[in-house]
Amino acid sequence: MAALVLAIVGMRNLFAVVVLAGIYSFLMATVLVALDAVDVAMTEAAVGAGISTVLLLAALHLTRGEEVRPPRRAVLPLVVSLAVGGALVYGSLGLPAFDDPAAPIHAHVAPRYLDEAKRVTGVPNVVTAVLASYRGFDTLGETTVVFTAGVGVIALLRRRRVSRDPDGERPGNGGAS
Amino acid sequence: MTGDLILRVVAKLLMPFMLVFALYVQFHGELGPGGGFQAGVIIAATIVFYGIIFGLGAARRLMPDALVESMVAAGVLLYAGTGIAGLLLGGNFLDYFVLDPDPVHGQERGIFWVEVGVAVTVSGVMIKIFYMFAGRSRAPDAG
Repeated sequence: MAALVLAIVGMRNLFAVVVLAGIYSFLMATVLVALDAVDVAMTEAAVGAGISTVLLLAALHLTRGEEVRPPRRAVLPLVVSLAVGGALVYGSLGLPAFDDPAAPIHAHVAPRYLDEAKRVTGVPNVVTAVLASYRGFDTLGETTVVFTAGVGVIALLRRRRVSRDPDGERPGNGGAS
Repeated sequence: MTGDLILRVVAKLLMPFMLVFALYVQFHGELGPGGGFQAGVIIAATIVFYGIIFGLGAARRLMPDALVESMVAAGVLLYAGTGIAGLLLGGNFLDYFVLDPDPVHGQERGIFWVEVGVAVTVSGVMIKIFYMFAGRSRAPDAG
């Protein structure tokens, strides 16, 4: 995965970058499966590798396929990102070990969810029970965020399309690749 | 892409299975991995797949813009409506225990409708974004 990221950074051909990003998403999904987070892995594979790849290719179809070389070397952003990344790695050293059963995250509400979720909600998949029932307000908020994103895209893109292309329907232009 | 016979035939063969898998992920999400978000994305992926193979016009005839746009709003309304149904039946907002005389069944019912709402909104938004991107003309200076 690290090699893939370096390849993405070094690549100038955006088509290859999009394909490599899709591969990265699939690798990430396998990592999540290995961590037993099947729900998240499914989302990562479908959204990260599927839908975003198609959308990026569609966006690529509208623009140039080659990344323009920056006019000067970006030293300051490199320093900033290295500093932030280093700080995050340093901070993660202070976290409890990944398999430590006494870590605070396992002592708060997680045992309660695992113990009573199935009995109280009748739903064997604890992830679904937590998402839809215990954290129902959060999920309502997330759905509203998705809704807002969709409305935002409609509001941004529709006006341009109307002025440039009144009928908006062109068979054969649906493909991205 | 629209002229490739193999792609067209395989796409027509695959699409029902993709939709059935989406419904499986949706309604089996309480038992196995999956749920509304994943199912919505798979439904959207099916339509996007159809649009890539058969052209945007065909996809727009299958799922008209008006339907997709109403799906975007209908999912959120369904989710919030489930919460308000809890209010009307004498509970708190998003309180599923009151949706059925048996609290456990009430929970199951509430989770079911909430997940349907999530799936409808997510698939609507994804399809709409795809339509929006794919329906735009190329920038004049693009190479």
